[in-house]
Amino acid sequence: MARDSLIGGALWEEYSTEVQRRMNTPVHMGEITQEEADATGDKLIIADFGAESCGDAVRLYWLIDPKNDTIQKSKFKSFGCGTAIASSDMMAELCMGKSVDEALKITNIDVEKALRDTPDVPAVPGQKMHCSVMAYDVIKKAASMYKGVDMSEFETEFIICECARVSQDTLREVIKLNGLTTVEEVTDYTKAGGFCKSCIKPGGHEVRDVFIVDILADVMREVEAEKASKKIIEARGNGDFKSMGLVQKIKSVESILEEYIRPTLKADNGDVELMDIVEEGEVFNVLVKYKGECISCSMNTTTTLAGIEDMLKFKLKAPIKVIVT
Amino acid sequence: MRVYLDNNATTKIDPLVKVKMQPFFEELYGNPNSLHAYGMEVRPHLNEALGAVYDALNIPDEDDVLITSCATESNNSVLKGVFFKHILTNPDKNHIVTTAVEHPSVLETLLFLEEHGVRVTFVDVDENGGVSAQAVKDAVTDQTILISMMWANNETGMIFPVAEVAKFAREKGILFHTDAVQAIGKLPVDLKKVRVDYLTLSAHKFHGPKGIGALYVRKGCELPNLFHGGEQMGGKRAGTLNVPYIVGMGLAIRQAVNHVEVMNTQVRALRDELEDALAKIPDTFIVGPRHMRTPNTILLSIRGVEGEAMLWDLNRAGIAASTGSACASESLHANPVMSAIGQDPELAHTAIRLSLSRFTTLEEVEYTIEVFTKAVERLRSISSTYGYKG
Amino acid sequence: MEIYLDNNATTMVDPKVVEAMVPFFGQMYGNPNSLHKFGTQTHAALTKAVDQVYKALNAADADDVIFTSCATESNNWVLKSVWLDHIMHGHKNHIVVSEVEHPSVLTTCRFLEEQGVKVTYLPVNDQGIVEAHTVKSFITDRTALVSIMWANNETGMIFPIKEIGEICREKGVLFHTDAVQAVGKIPVDLQAVHVDFLSFSAHKFHGPKGIGGLYIRNSQALSPLLHGGEHMGGRRSGTLNVPYIVGMGLAMELATQNMSATSAKIRALRDRLEDALLQLPDVFVVGNRANRTPNTLLISIRGVEGEGMLWDLNNAHIGASTGSACASEDLEANTVMLAIGADSELAHTGIRLSLSRFTTEAEVDAVIDAFKKAVGRLRAISSSYAKVQPTHS
Repeated sequence: MARDSLIGGALWEEYSTEVQRRMNTPVHMGEITQEEADATGDKLIIADFGAESCGDAVRLYWLIDPKNDTIQKSKFKSFGCGTAIASSDMMAELCMGKSVDEALKITNIDVEKALRDTPDVPAVPGQKMHCSVMAYDVIKKAASMYKGVDMSEFETEFIICECARVSQDTLREVIKLNGLTTVEEVTDYTKAGGFCKSCIKPGGHEVRDVFIVDILADVMREVEAEKASKKIIEARGNGDFKSMGLVQKIKSVESILEEYIRPTLKADNGDVELMDIVEEGEVFNVLVKYKGECISCSMNTTTTLAGIEDMLKFKLKAPIKVIVT
Repeated sequence: MRVYLDNNATTKIDPLVKVKMQPFFEELYGNPNSLHAYGMEVRPHLNEALGAVYDALNIPDEDDVLITSCATESNNSVLKGVFFKHILTNPDKNHIVTTAVEHPSVLETLLFLEEHGVRVTFVDVDENGGVSAQAVKDAVTDQTILISMMWANNETGMIFPVAEVAKFAREKGILFHTDAVQAIGKLPVDLKKVRVDYLTLSAHKFHGPKGIGALYVRKGCELPNLFHGGEQMGGKRAGTLNVPYIVGMGLAIRQAVNHVEVMNTQVRALRDELEDALAKIPDTFIVGPRHMRTPNTILLSIRGVEGEAMLWDLNRAGIAASTGSACASESLHANPVMSAIGQDPELAHTAIRLSLSRFTTLEEVEYTIEVFTKAVERLRSISSTYGYKG
Repeated sequence: MEIYLDNNATTMVDPKVVEAMVPFFGQMYGNPNSLHKFGTQTHAALTKAVDQVYKALNAADADDVIFTSCATESNNWVLKSVWLDHIMHGHKNHIVVSEVEHPSVLTTCRFLEEQGVKVTYLPVNDQGIVEAHTVKSFITDRTALVSIMWANNETGMIFPIKEIGEICREKGVLFHTDAVQAVGKIPVDLQAVHVDFLSFSAHKFHGPKGIGGLYIRNSQALSPLLHGGEHMGGRRSGTLNVPYIVGMGLAMELATQNMSATSAKIRALRDRLEDALLQLPDVFVVGNRANRTPNTLLISIRGVEGEGMLWDLNNAHIGASTGSACASEDLEANTVMLAIGADSELAHTGIRLSLSRFTTEAEVDAVIDAFKKAVGRLRAISSSYAKVQPTHS
């Protein structure tokens, strides 16, 4: 919303009490040593994600019981702002007691929801949602280390918006189905791009290959191309023009006028109205009436008329003659 | 007695507004863009003030209200923004339609843009100082990108056909801007009913502080910034926010909107009383039919009496009035609106503008009538062009 | 105790300034361009304010000092009007700026690039300043304007304006300096340095927010940014903001009179703070103290993210900054830290503390205490300061 963006809210006041509490006194902050792991016979995993140069870095410590893959103890350390510290703390808490596979299902969205004071009010302002993404990534990192596989094994889809976890496939589908044309609409429908905004277009705080604007432009091009070919097919009807009923014929002619003729005429403040279609031997007489500036235009019986006639003949593949009434 | 009848030039600050602003200098002085508590604590007040402007104009949240330093900035932003965004990129659409009696911040900017290849049509006013919607429509061509027409004129108070021209512009796909500086607080300004793309307003014309204004921008009509820089105003108008004045403008516009009815009843009645009395002086001439004017304004021409001399006499008696836009007061040119109306050139130098406010009293009006009548007598007795018969 | 150490972002209005402004909201509300008494009674105060500003900058009578709504307006004005006057229709096509200018210069330059103007963004050295010879080597015969700030808002580092001014004069190129962080903090003498245009802003020296100015040497030509009317000799239109102009005049006088004594006092407090914080391990202060504005300290704390640090300071009722307030919500790395080529890990750890003449010794000592506590707590949380490191990555 435009009005909201003009002054905006105070960033820190939009933090939930839970976020503030965990920033001020994180519960699961700390380290786990190899000695501790040796004493219990559990496996120690220490996973790092992020880097100080990116502004956020988190380290996750897990103590896992190898018999049932269950996380016995989970601690974190973090270089980051208040939201990063609070979400790391919540993430460590959510891991506790879960199996590694269950922990893998925890997303940044779960972390954010767990930090809410009331179910419908977000725990952090949009631009801070990004800070909880690392909490999700570091779990994957830890799990991959435990399982001895590459992190990419857990990637099943190509995520465009990491804050809202929206994939490229979902975006393409929603844009197409709903005929979306602006980034705002995409955000309204999918939430993608509604948080830290770095996935919308180049220039955000992350380097990426594909942005929402690229996907939107691509799908819109696709949709346009499909529409154009569909219109012509529709206009021609199932059979040829000659075998159509009158209503069908009028519809076909009308659709060609609307698509190809009127935009040009309207640009000069003119218009054309379809009056009737009369069969005369082999030829179909299309009766039209000029409106607006077209009435007095010197070309209305020459260039314009020929243009309309050609367009109808070629698009409908029928012997058509246009007559001005 | 001191009487201020120059409220179309500037107004006194509503005492409530003055009180409201004070804490924001020494106590709540943080930069609202800072994260810490000093920044945080001023934000609710800014949001409230901005909300007051949204309410006053009756506009949806999706539209923008950019806080500016004055109406001049707002007007420059629209005209230069349209030049940067539309005309520089598409020279085929390089025509702007405006009226001959716009505020200098519109006229001077357009003269400057003419030097950069923009074509401008200045539509003339009729003998009443009004502008017909038809004249504006006739001036439009295929190349027209923008129409800029004020809501009400500062000199005459004449109300222009904004609703009709706005509708026409919308149908033609032409951008429409209105300088509503003289309309806010005097007339109902409801943008749900009158669909404009850009609207300019200025706080000091409705008892707010000088040095703060706003520009309304309809969603989808965004323009390049006149002030590029930081992220203030959603990145659309940079510059550290003038917190006390924004808060002041918020309260002032609420007060102004709440007093529109008072303006159109009580203030109008006072204005009419003043006007009736002055019209009785022989050889005076009032510009524009009363019902087509803002309720607080009279522009009056007194044959044989030079405007500045009249101001002098009024000033000696403690009355503040104007011969023309205060912006031009020191230039002492003929009143440009009088010239534009096409009046008898002798009358062009004889105009006096009296503009009331909701703080004007009956006593002040009666005193003004008395002083005014005497001043005309005195000056006509000196005048070389008027054989005074009284 | 509430302690404000964010005076490079904005300052408290000096109570004396408030007192001077108040009458112009109430009794003396006329439009100064009106002929009647309501208008003319403001003239004496406006004239005084103009005198105060000329004196503070040591501007010559032949120069223009035009009041604007803020330094952002002044900066936009110079850049856009040089574009319209000299580049759009002339043979010049090039502007030189530093990469650490205020966003109002940098964003305007990016807009001008879209319009086809060539812009060179000069790098800074490890001290965070642009060297004069760098400026010299980038000026070509198609350069219309050089715009380099007098002192940097983040680091407080002072740029070699006198030398750059001389270079521009020799090369016949217009020179603009954004002196927002210099005016009121260090001597600015416009008869001793050659600048064509200079921007300043009242709210950085205990004047009100929403008023600034542009100095124009020898009243030379520059198309207005705000056209209309005949305000300010036709150079900048808009009804005069009388109370703020009066306030800015006084604020400037207060900031520049006895400057050497005042800045010595501020410098002593800043140095006390800086020395104490430098005792912490793994911290690093940007720029040589001698060449910095006396009130500024940009300190980097290894292992502690800047916003986290601000949070803890705010809980201790201390207002500080991680970067320019304009950019506070962007949450980006401190651009100046990146520009000076600091260890990229440190780019997110900058905290700026900026004092004013109202800062007291007791406040400084309280900040030292709170600062050390915050660093201790946040380093205990920090992954980069952890004792137990991963065995493999």
